[in-house]
Amino acid sequence: MIRETLVPIAAGTIFGGGLTIGGMTDPARVRGFLDLFGAWDPTLAFVMGGAVLVMAAAWMMQRKLLRPFFAEGFSLPDRNDLTPRLIGGSALFGIGWGIAGLCPGPGFAALAIAPASAAIFVAAMLAGMLVVRLMEGQG
Amino acid sequence: MTLPGFPEAAPLAGLAGGVLIGLAAAIMLLGAGRIAGVSGIAARAFGLADGSMPRAGAWAFVIGLPLGALLVTGLTEAPRPSFADPVTLVIAGLIVGIGTRLGSGCTSGHGVCGMSRLSQRSLVAVATFMATGFATVAAMNALGIGVSP
Repeated sequence: MIRETLVPIAAGTIFGGGLTIGGMTDPARVRGFLDLFGAWDPTLAFVMGGAVLVMAAAWMMQRKLLRPFFAEGFSLPDRNDLTPRLIGGSALFGIGWGIAGLCPGPGFAALAIAPASAAIFVAAMLAGMLVVRLMEGQG
Repeated sequence: MTLPGFPEAAPLAGLAGGVLIGLAAAIMLLGAGRIAGVSGIAARAFGLADGSMPRAGAWAFVIGLPLGALLVTGLTEAPRPSFADPVTLVIAGLIVGIGTRLGSGCTSGHGVCGMSRLSQRSLVAVATFMATGFATVAAMNALGIGVSP
């Protein structure tokens, strides 16, 4: 239990702090980044750039490891197929992201910043996830 | 520091936040052997997705997100951001929830973890959700639809 939760809570906390420092929990800044044809705010490109650079180094280390430091093995996605579902789902996600300037991580992080607004967004997001779950007939 | 031509931009804060996000994703990858994809982990925590991740671990990650935000806002005096009105938040949240499950990921899983691995699926997913994100904001601005409360 402790072993299963310590790494995720450390990662989640650092993740949430990084989202907040980078401006991802400020919907106006996110929508400013998405306002490419208007008053574009490039800040989020720096957020994504910094995160991708660090993770690229982590992937290089991962290839040299036989197993993770605190788990029995790696559980990583290995699919490579481009499906209508992937593209349609991502297209929908972008629309929702653009409407309110929130994606899942900042939605949860914002529970500590604007609890009422964030709770409405998170509840609706979970309801949307439930819709997919029920459509798939696994509910 | 500001960017010439972009008075609103905060490149150093963005970079610092991004490095922390990357570090967090690296801890998940090298420590737990998993992708730090928030939509997938959240779905797992709330029992809305199958998967091998222990639910206690999924909950721990999800709880960490506001914890980290609380630490940062407690230590800094940043102005409080404003959020969309409740109806807009419900509409956006529903679409984000459906889209991220169908698309198998969001800004963190596809964006941070997948792009850095040059995953073909993630590169296509990111290009797609960026394009529709740009288009959505452009369309809302053109139609004069604001999202302030």
